[in-house]
Amino acid sequence: MLKQIEGSHAVAEAVALCRPEVISAYPITPQTHIVEDLGTLVKDGTIENCEFLLVESEFGALSACIGSSAAGARSYTATSSQGMLFMMEAVYNASGMGLPIVMTVGNRAIGAPINIWNDWGDSMSARDAGWLQLFVESNQQAVDVHIQAFKLAEELSLPVMVCMDGFILTHSYSQVDIPEQSQVDEFLPAFEPRQVLDPAAPLSMGAMVGPEAFTEVRFLGHQKQLDALDLIPQQAAEFEAIFGRDSGGLIKSFESEGAETVVITLGSVIGTMKEVLAGMRDDGHSIGALTIRSFRPFPSDALRAALKDAKRVIVFEKCLAVGMGGIVSMNVRMALKDSDTLVQSVIGGLGGRPITRAGLRRMFEKGLRDELEEPHFHDINMDIVNRELEREKQQRRSGSVAENILRDGGVVAAAKTI
Amino acid sequence: MSQVSDSQQKVKFYQTGTFTAGNRLLDEQHRSVQATMDRCNSLDSGHRACQGCGEALGARYAIDAAMRATGNQLIAANATGCLEVFTTPYPETAWSMPWIHSLFGNASAVASGIAAAMKVKGREDVRVIAQGGDGGTTDIGFGCLSGTFDRNDDVLYICYNNQAYMNTGVQRSSATPGAARTATTMPVGENPGNVFGTGKNVPLVAMAHQIPYVATASVHDLHDLEYKVTRAMEVRGARYIEIFVPCPLGWGSKPGDTVKLARLAVESGMYPLIEAEDGEISGVTRIRNRVNVEEYLKLQRRFAHVLKPANANQLEQLQAIADRNIKRFDLCRVEEEQL
Ligand SMILES: Cc1ncc(C[n+]2csc(CCOP(=O)(O)OP(=O)(O)O)c2C)c(N)n1
Ligand code: SF4
Ligand SMILES: [Mg+2]
Repeated sequence: MLKQIEGSHAVAEAVALCRPEVISAYPITPQTHIVEDLGTLVKDGTIENCEFLLVESEFGALSACIGSSAAGARSYTATSSQGMLFMMEAVYNASGMGLPIVMTVGNRAIGAPINIWNDWGDSMSARDAGWLQLFVESNQQAVDVHIQAFKLAEELSLPVMVCMDGFILTHSYSQVDIPEQSQVDEFLPAFEPRQVLDPAAPLSMGAMVGPEAFTEVRFLGHQKQLDALDLIPQQAAEFEAIFGRDSGGLIKSFESEGAETVVITLGSVIGTMKEVLAGMRDDGHSIGALTIRSFRPFPSDALRAALKDAKRVIVFEKCLAVGMGGIVSMNVRMALKDSDTLVQSVIGGLGGRPITRAGLRRMFEKGLRDELEEPHFHDINMDIVNRELEREKQQRRSGSVAENILRDGGVVAAAKTI
Repeated sequence: MSQVSDSQQKVKFYQTGTFTAGNRLLDEQHRSVQATMDRCNSLDSGHRACQGCGEALGARYAIDAAMRATGNQLIAANATGCLEVFTTPYPETAWSMPWIHSLFGNASAVASGIAAAMKVKGREDVRVIAQGGDGGTTDIGFGCLSGTFDRNDDVLYICYNNQAYMNTGVQRSSATPGAARTATTMPVGENPGNVFGTGKNVPLVAMAHQIPYVATASVHDLHDLEYKVTRAMEVRGARYIEIFVPCPLGWGSKPGDTVKLARLAVESGMYPLIEAEDGEISGVTRIRNRVNVEEYLKLQRRFAHVLKPANANQLEQLQAIADRNIKRFDLCRVEEEQL
């Protein structure tokens, strides 16, 4: 059914259609609306046979899901930013134990400095945690990919994160087609784990494993992720057959075939980019784009195939490995290590910095001239940076960096006048 | 003190000075039974606890009692710690019940999740316990524990209190008593050992959550321990039982003194045995044969410095703590009446 609704609400409805049995979450912006709505749907009986746990922390939220999933209940949670870090020990634990939990990440920057706006720092902090990480471009995809996520998780016995840009998707209203329950039931079978905590068949889960088998356990986890590279497109096709929509999959091309320059990104920013690139193509540039929908597992083969004719790749990413550079670009370079394609790394949109069409076009044009520094910080205000560097040079012990920067940016100055 | 070296310590098959009338004089249902054909032995033999481990003893009796009370419909979530490590060395397990270990600080949350799953599956006959050491309970697992209490989830949390982080080599926890030597509170300098005036009393904190049942028990009185676990399983909602479990390795005590130490801790007033329902004390175990704390301390190397004349003030402080417990929980009334 077509609805004009908020992204968070659409996700709540999608999760509800998946018949979750235990939902456990803790409030944090911008994920909160999803679990608020789910709480209502459980309370008003829309979701039948479901326990909604209001826990004391994100660590408790995911830990409760670990218990409920191990006991055979389809389990769901959601988080963002600091919440992801707070639960990190359980994040690794859930995947290590092979528990098919689904978690929405309303992508948000990580502090300090505390910042509630969108970037991918939170999901990226867990990129090696053993979870599948599926990034969505729109709220329609958020709905569709959640439904696929439960099926993927339960087929692979691995937890899945559905990563959606905070505010940009979670808080925006758009038209979304909410599937029928019968369609979802046809696509997603009931959760039937091979082993559960059951007094009728006692077993020990989560026992210690030493050097004699730890490598093998890790290898198997890696292998499962590689298996997912086949399963993800397969399930996307199954999904399309039932729901009539192309959602999910490993990567998605936006006129990248045959283009000399291909922009690679994740998530919702492709919406703005598509318009910019169409304009550039009209002006005669050979440029297209491609989104990575599955960041974990990383679709190296699919990327290589899709980029075989590309001369130049510009990776645009809302995250930074401090002291190293771009994270997505590092992965793309690894996939293209045997090709001559030039990979340029652009870091942008950190902490919610707006990404404008004009700014993107300027940056892409620079990229076409091979003039982007490595890595290129998109739309950075170097005046602020240089003033701070200057201050640090003058006096070894200056005040908090963030304070100085705020003073320069005028926030502190403005606050003092109130 | 015994002149016999540790390795030659005489094995005794009886306890003296316990006022025990003898099992055979009790009627059937009140007898302590060590082994019967139908005992489930949820924590089976072959695990790797140290000799004389109070935690292994406490867990065996607590879990079997809970199994009996639930007709073996029980699932356990275990925190990281000695109990987890010594029972599940890969690829073996000593648990003949459904058991899960996730992390150090989340056992109660995992148990809450299991309880929620049992509820949606319509299996409310299956009950859930969470268990961990004092560190996993009073320190790192405290947030999750308080959450389970707050929601009044149908979980019995059992804390095996050996008063330090044993599994990592005996470091101080918030359950370590004043003056005790641990690897992080060494008996050096002024006021040797753990500082006084720190730590927390988690049974009282549990009571402040107004949960339906809280109790403390000790491995010297297994009958009382079994009674309390059984009582806890008669109640729905969040319940907390803390069991006092001496640790020969961490305390520097003889393996054969574990039960004796547990008894002396209770009879000196250092470890009061209480029960509380809905936040109010509903029962205390009176001390029948009160002893000075020195009797309890002198069997443990972790308190050796306390008995030196130079540290007489530490002994006084420990005695004062025991005296306060006795007064606060009215632990000696029976004795006084009898006199
Ligand atoms: C997050 C985390 N921090 C620290 C540890 C290390 N650790 C494992 S067991 C343990 C001590 C356990 O002490 P306690 O809970 O009192 O149980 P005991 O071993 O004494 O029975 C510690 C510190 C860990 N496993 N996880
Ligand atoms: S160190 Fe202490 S608690 Fe751990 S197994 Fe040995 S006696 Fe038991
Ligand atoms: Mg301990």
